[in-house]
Amino acid sequence: MAYSQKVVDKFEETLKNPEGASVGRWKPGDKDFHRVGTGIVGAPACGDVMKLQIKCENIEGENRIVDARFKTYGCGSAIASSGQLIDMLKGKTLEEAQNISNQEIVDILELPAIKIHCSVLAEEAIHRAIDDFKSLRNND
Amino acid sequence: MWYNFKEMDKKYLFKRNNVWWVKLAVPVYLRDKLGFDLRKSTREKDLEKALLVRDEIISEFKSKFSEDLDQNSHLNEDFSNQTTYFDYASTTPVDDRVVEKMKDCLSFEGAFGNSGSRSHVYGWKAEEIVEEARLNVANLLNCDPREIIWTSGATESDNLAIKGAAYFYKSKGRHIVTSKIEHKAVLDVCRQLEKENFEVTYLDPDENGVISPQSVKDVIREDTVLVSLMQINNEIGVFNDIEQIGQITRENGTIFHVDAAQSAGKIPIDLSKLNVDLMSFSAHKIYGPKGIGALYIRRKPRVRLQPLFHGGGQERGIRAGTLPTHQIVGMGEAFRIAEEQMEIDHKRLTNFRSILWNGLKDMEEVYINGSIENGFPGIFNMSFNFVEGESLIMALKNIAVSSGSACTSASLEPSYVLRALGRPDELAHSSIRFSFGRFTKKEEVERTVDLVKNSVSQLREISPLWEMYQDGIDLDKIEWA
Repeated sequence: MAYSQKVVDKFEETLKNPEGASVGRWKPGDKDFHRVGTGIVGAPACGDVMKLQIKCENIEGENRIVDARFKTYGCGSAIASSGQLIDMLKGKTLEEAQNISNQEIVDILELPAIKIHCSVLAEEAIHRAIDDFKSLRNND
Repeated sequence: MWYNFKEMDKKYLFKRNNVWWVKLAVPVYLRDKLGFDLRKSTREKDLEKALLVRDEIISEFKSKFSEDLDQNSHLNEDFSNQTTYFDYASTTPVDDRVVEKMKDCLSFEGAFGNSGSRSHVYGWKAEEIVEEARLNVANLLNCDPREIIWTSGATESDNLAIKGAAYFYKSKGRHIVTSKIEHKAVLDVCRQLEKENFEVTYLDPDENGVISPQSVKDVIREDTVLVSLMQINNEIGVFNDIEQIGQITRENGTIFHVDAAQSAGKIPIDLSKLNVDLMSFSAHKIYGPKGIGALYIRRKPRVRLQPLFHGGGQERGIRAGTLPTHQIVGMGEAFRIAEEQMEIDHKRLTNFRSILWNGLKDMEEVYINGSIENGFPGIFNMSFNFVEGESLIMALKNIAVSSGSACTSASLEPSYVLRALGRPDELAHSSIRFSFGRFTKKEEVERTVDLVKNSVSQLREISPLWEMYQDGIDLDKIEWA
């Protein structure tokens, strides 16, 4: 099975310039950590784990994702899907982000049928990160 | 005579990875320059000399006819842009010497006849070279040529051996013993036989991938008609002790089938000393063509098989079908060359494995799947923890390797072989098989060491598992979603 050029480019771009591709993390103790939601999905035994963090700010009464970071263990298309998701998230409101569907990622990256689960993983990751962010606020 | 290069370039030079090569098997030109025919030589020194002469030919060609070669630029091309083939356990390129032999069996001028035609010279000629090839195969294995049956490959040989013996001897017993790490060509046949009311015991390997003779002894019974085990495992390169296992099966009166697809031509096999009754071979794992294999069927004590193919009675009625002369000649030549080159090949492979392992062993969280002491050096399987295998293959884009990762398999399951060794799934997902061969160059292996180190550290940089490991988190204690 050969990947589309888009998957290959996204993958290589991430590897070459991880910082530029938003690879990284916020950890407890970091300034603003209280405004970061984290979602971890997948399992090592299944061959992919995606960790997504979103940093939100209240802009004109709405929570918007101002920055996002990720780390992914998985096949080339899982890594490319994470990178693609990050590109789609920044600047979106939580509601808009919640509505991102895996099909958008499939279409943009031209994922083969056998790799669709990578995009599903990305969709699950954003849902978890949003839930995590909301639960943080509820605890305030 | 070297000025002739201009006329002969198309025929004897070929371009691979954008670099010009001169065929080693160029019979006339190389022989004249060398003073002997390399194809008839068995000495290591001769091969070395031929390689040197080949380099001379290339440089001579470069200096004299540079204008012909797109400004000569690609000849100085950086080696690092070429694709390196490290998947010889999957298949091998056909040796040029084999190609030459095969070509002679196709056209009207060549031996195109049907070896089954007894009434004319075309048939006789084909029969003669088919029998010569059979002798080459038998010589490599030290058996009687009458014990060799041509098939379409190791998969067919495995099918014929296992089903053929199971069906023929079913009144004697219906129990079969094999292992969990056999090739699918054995496992799937056994699964089929289970559906036909045969009972199959699948042995567990030890943690290195070895099937111990004791484990065979423990399960073998009076009604065990067949034991089928491989000599060298295709994923991890580990050897089984077929000599000892053969003693156990022989004492029990059980037929012993060995899948030697990965071992024939690579390590010495002496069937006159082994208690092996059936052995499967493939040509394309040892620089022969795809689509041809053989099955060894012992004559003393005689083993009988129920045929799978019925037809024109070829191969003593055990395997009907017109013999593919060119394929057979290719296999015969490949096996003949293997006998000559086995020692050199083995030495080079051992060196390559050492270079790779010495270069990588100091990395953190790197595991060998299998064993160095008890493994064939041409197959080296490693796991790079916290890095998924397919992504590593993608990062190593100029190196052709394979992985036990689920993502590279159609079934989305990680390697059943690595799981049977008791490796956790994540290490199976993180595995890479490097397999070297006759045309591997030392520089390619050296270059790979740096590339692997680099790619693994890049991928760990983006791996959440590596991050957790660095933070001291026990991954086994996490409840994964």
